Amino acid sequence: MVTILIFLPFIGFLINGLLGKFLPKSIVGIIGTGTVLGSFILAFMCFNQLSSLTEGSIATDLYTFLQVGGLHIKFAFTFDKLSGMMALIITGIGTLIHLYSMGYMHDDEGYYKFFAYLNLFVFNMLVLVLGSNFIMLFFGWEGVGLCSYLLIGFWYKNVNFGKAARKAFVMNRIGDLGLLLGLFLIYQNFHSFDYKEVFAQIGLGQVSAFTLNSIGLLLFVGAMGKSAQIPLYTWLPDAMAGPTPVSALIHAATMVTAGIYLVVRSQVIFDQAEIAREVIMWVGLATSLFAAFIGLKQNDIKKVLAYSTVSQLGLMFVALGCGAYTAAMFHLTTHAFFKALLFLGSGSVIHGMHHEQDIRQMGGLKSKMPITYFTFLIGTLAISGFPLLSGFFSKDEILIHAFEHNKIVWGLSLFSAMITGIYMFRMFFLTFHGEYRNHHHAFEKVHESPITMTLPLMILAVLSVFGGLLNLPHFIAGHSISGALAHYLAPIYSFPEKEVELNATIEWILMGAAVAVFLIAFLYTRTKYLTKKSVPESDDQQEGLGKVLSNKFYVDEIYDAIFVKPIEKMGDFVDKWIDGFILKGFVDGFGKISQNASGLLSKIQNGNVEFYLIYMAVAVSILLAFNLF
Amino acid sequence: MELILLPVISAALFAIFGKKLNQWVAFALSAIPLIFLISLVNSHTNPGWTTIWDTTWLSVNFRFTLGYDGFTGLMLFLTNILVPVILLAGVRNDENKTKITALALLMQGALNGVFMAKDGLMFYIFWELALIPIYFITLSMKHKDAFKITLRFFIYTFVGSLAMLASLMYIVLNKTNLSFAYQDMLNATYSLNEAILIGGGFLIAFLVKIPIIPFHSWQADTYTESPSAGSMLLSGIMLKMGLYGLMRWFMPLFPESLDFYRPWIMAFAVAGIIYGAIIALRQNDMKRMIAFSSLSHVALITAGIISGNKTGFSGASLQMFVHGVNAVGLFLMVEIIESKLGTRNLDQLGGLAKTNRLFTISFVIIALGAAAVPFTNGFPGEFLLLKSVFEVKPVLAVLSGLTIILCAAYMLRMLQFSLFGEGKVEIGNLAIHQSLALFIVIAMVIAIGFFPQFILDFVNEDLEQVFSSIELKGALA
Amino acid sequence: MFQSIDISHYIYLSTVIFSIGLFGVLFRRNAIILLMCIELMLNAVNLLFTALSTYMGDADGQIFVFFIMVVAAAEAAVGLAILVMVYRNTRKTDVSFLDKLKG
Repeated sequence: MVTILIFLPFIGFLINGLLGKFLPKSIVGIIGTGTVLGSFILAFMCFNQLSSLTEGSIATDLYTFLQVGGLHIKFAFTFDKLSGMMALIITGIGTLIHLYSMGYMHDDEGYYKFFAYLNLFVFNMLVLVLGSNFIMLFFGWEGVGLCSYLLIGFWYKNVNFGKAARKAFVMNRIGDLGLLLGLFLIYQNFHSFDYKEVFAQIGLGQVSAFTLNSIGLLLFVGAMGKSAQIPLYTWLPDAMAGPTPVSALIHAATMVTAGIYLVVRSQVIFDQAEIAREVIMWVGLATSLFAAFIGLKQNDIKKVLAYSTVSQLGLMFVALGCGAYTAAMFHLTTHAFFKALLFLGSGSVIHGMHHEQDIRQMGGLKSKMPITYFTFLIGTLAISGFPLLSGFFSKDEILIHAFEHNKIVWGLSLFSAMITGIYMFRMFFLTFHGEYRNHHHAFEKVHESPITMTLPLMILAVLSVFGGLLNLPHFIAGHSISGALAHYLAPIYSFPEKEVELNATIEWILMGAAVAVFLIAFLYTRTKYLTKKSVPESDDQQEGLGKVLSNKFYVDEIYDAIFVKPIEKMGDFVDKWIDGFILKGFVDGFGKISQNASGLLSKIQNGNVEFYLIYMAVAVSILLAFNLF
Repeated sequence: MELILLPVISAALFAIFGKKLNQWVAFALSAIPLIFLISLVNSHTNPGWTTIWDTTWLSVNFRFTLGYDGFTGLMLFLTNILVPVILLAGVRNDENKTKITALALLMQGALNGVFMAKDGLMFYIFWELALIPIYFITLSMKHKDAFKITLRFFIYTFVGSLAMLASLMYIVLNKTNLSFAYQDMLNATYSLNEAILIGGGFLIAFLVKIPIIPFHSWQADTYTESPSAGSMLLSGIMLKMGLYGLMRWFMPLFPESLDFYRPWIMAFAVAGIIYGAIIALRQNDMKRMIAFSSLSHVALITAGIISGNKTGFSGASLQMFVHGVNAVGLFLMVEIIESKLGTRNLDQLGGLAKTNRLFTISFVIIALGAAAVPFTNGFPGEFLLLKSVFEVKPVLAVLSGLTIILCAAYMLRMLQFSLFGEGKVEIGNLAIHQSLALFIVIAMVIAIGFFPQFILDFVNEDLEQVFSSIELKGALA
Repeated sequence: MFQSIDISHYIYLSTVIFSIGLFGVLFRRNAIILLMCIELMLNAVNLLFTALSTYMGDADGQIFVFFIMVVAAAEAAVGLAILVMVYRNTRKTDVSFLDKLKG
């Protein structure tokens, strides 16, 4: 069953990829969506089976992928609680986004290609989370990177999109190298790639902390690439070049969370790798703040969301760094809900605005697009931590863990949450409220999206509201219903998770702080953008810090100057001088020397018999002389 | 034996009646040896290099001996699958077509001989014999420096071969009592200095053919300017002779010298990986780019072999096959582009994706295979090779691992500038024989990507035999 | 009768004849004379062979002489034929003009 669940999207990919051109659009869409929906249903059935199984997982071995000496890699899948949860998120949100794409991509000539890629992505993502060893994970890991490349560069005629796609793939590959080295290190120490065997050996507790920290850090390098953390985050905002459903599915809800999944999956490693965790926490925190600041000055609706994604992922890594794995998974889930919702909402806006993405050109869309407006509002509230919505609970849990771990981390995370609120509301008000800021006749043409697009929005809105119920804090709800997710995930941890030991009063205060921060953000933006109706100035009018922010701290330019340019220069240099001049010159020099030498020698051969005879006589005399004396 | 004779006969056929025959006949003729190859595979039951042909040639000591095992078999499959593909679509339809087809067939025979020769002298003869057709194919390039480039290539490989011959003579005269037989050469004992000097002779021949920097400066120009069929034969099959030689001849015969050579070869191989990749990153001539990417890839294979563990050996043999397929595939794409559009310069291309879907998909798949993306054939081999290097020295694995990043960068760059962007040129439809050739290549890219174990099962047991003869001499820790 | 003449005389004689031939080959330019001088050298060697063969009581040397005579005849025939052709084409028999083989 697990096999079918994984390969259904692959079949969809094959059908759409090979025959899609000859099928009508509706059938292509139905195949694309249907296969993912089928996977979702199967995942749900597997999920139900889980509770009745004693070993807590459904394992399927397909065949031996590689076997050399002691190395044995199986093409095998394991459906356990963690991978099951991920599979549900992937296929569930995947189905909604496929459905949405049927509307969004309707007029695109590459319709079938889009669905084929999207199905391939879901397949790879399922391989990533359901694989039962690190190599399967790596398979999916690179596979999703590839799909991401294909989908970012989907509109291949645009050269800049192609550039963004390549950037994403190459940056991901930097992370992949780290991950691969981490895997090698794992094999060197444990002689296996299989999760079960590796974790069992680490569980014995005889591995040095140094080894575990090294492995942990290398794995985290992989996570940095995929989950867009400093210093490898710059590809994600550029990845917005892809169609909006892609941004929602790949670059918000699923693929970018693979890094979180990796860390949670390898909990047994990270739990003992204190230094690695500390690094993860600070990197996550830095990313969270950094991206949030940049988000403040972005005017492209999708770029704002992209930076917000980077920032939220940073927050999840903060949670992982504090050892709060459940909190990270919780936030991953709720984030998948509301960020998918926000992206799809922004897609609906872009669709309604006929491919206008600049929020300075929008405004007052509230009346034209009521469903989009309302669902977008829910998404915005959820992400900025409006009390009792899903994002509020999950973020709060992270903050509590951060508070217990380190007060400074808590303070900074809270600050980052506030900035999140500010830029989200800034975008929200500029888009939906106020006056329309473009030509009037364009406003006439703005329309609400079709049902295939709004239905997923509504479903996701409901999930964003109630997602918090998954893991209510115990000081609010009774013990019977609180911490549902924590109970659910408990069996997959090799070491039990740390309990937070704060008393209820402090937790209430912390929650109050979070609410206060939300209110500050809301009121500040409300006065600025709603009451005063200020509109961000155009890019070239920016000055000082604003200019730095709207240029994203010049990180791209810095990378270009430090890495890209020198490598290119080196390539040119090596090609021209070392390869072309020295080495070639060396060999050709040999040729020249021998040619000249033979030229000299050929002078002797003047064709005159007399001379030849004299040479002969002299040579014979010399030989004779040698022999006689 | 049929594997050597048949292609030679076909070559003669083409040399005589060539004008009347087309690429389909060439394809069929060059594919016939596959039938005999399959019967060979079936008759091979016990692991080990079994003798399948043994006759006296000039005297008792000059024997004609051929051997077969899985490793040889894999190389034979590589040769006898790729040559038909090359003949089907790689030979451009111009005045040189008949000549190149005949020469390629001749080469097929010689290459089969190299991979099967179980006798030092036979090995040397076939090794040289393979050089002759490629020399003439290369010489037919249309470039003002044709002679100079070909000469450089020839001098390089010839100096290498001479060094090998000298070593061979030394062994035969001093060690094996005038016998050229592989087994006798294997059983002989060499002192450390002998192993280093004699082994060095073999090593130079192999390293030049592979090529490993600093012996590579013949490669780029030769690959770039040769007719595409020549580039394919060179990169797809011929350079595997060097790698095969390393694994079959150098390592088992002279493991004592490994301690001396390994640091050097490793260093140069790893340097070559990066060296090739960063140059490839800046090339606009597609063939030149593929040439440097090939330099980078085979350097990794060499590093894996020299690291001297089973993972490396298996990974190397797998990757040798895979690299052959991918290199031929890439050159095939360039050949199609060049023959249709008259240019292979990335500056002048762009937007090909718009006009031909099959072409685009094939190109993307092959390029991804070369960039070792999972579920394509490049991944398993590269994975094993990197792992084997990691086992020896993790730092080197980090450096060689850069190929993952750089290779992605230059392959995608090539795709970007040729396929994507605004269309400047149109490629039009592919002919049936071109589509078939592409189809064969792609099928192999994907099939091996999913089931690499199929190939590994084919070679593993026999490689262990090769490996154990290295271990017997106690050279590997 | 032969025994009465010392072997050293034969050696001196053939050395002298050989040297005359050699100097002729080296310093004369007329091709005909060159050929004759070569013949002279060969015959000097022949003489030496016969003399030594008798002296050693071994017939091998005399067998060699026959071989050399055959070769000398053939050489003279081919040489003269070439010479005739050369003379027809150039009207000269001076070898210093024949430098077509110049490398």
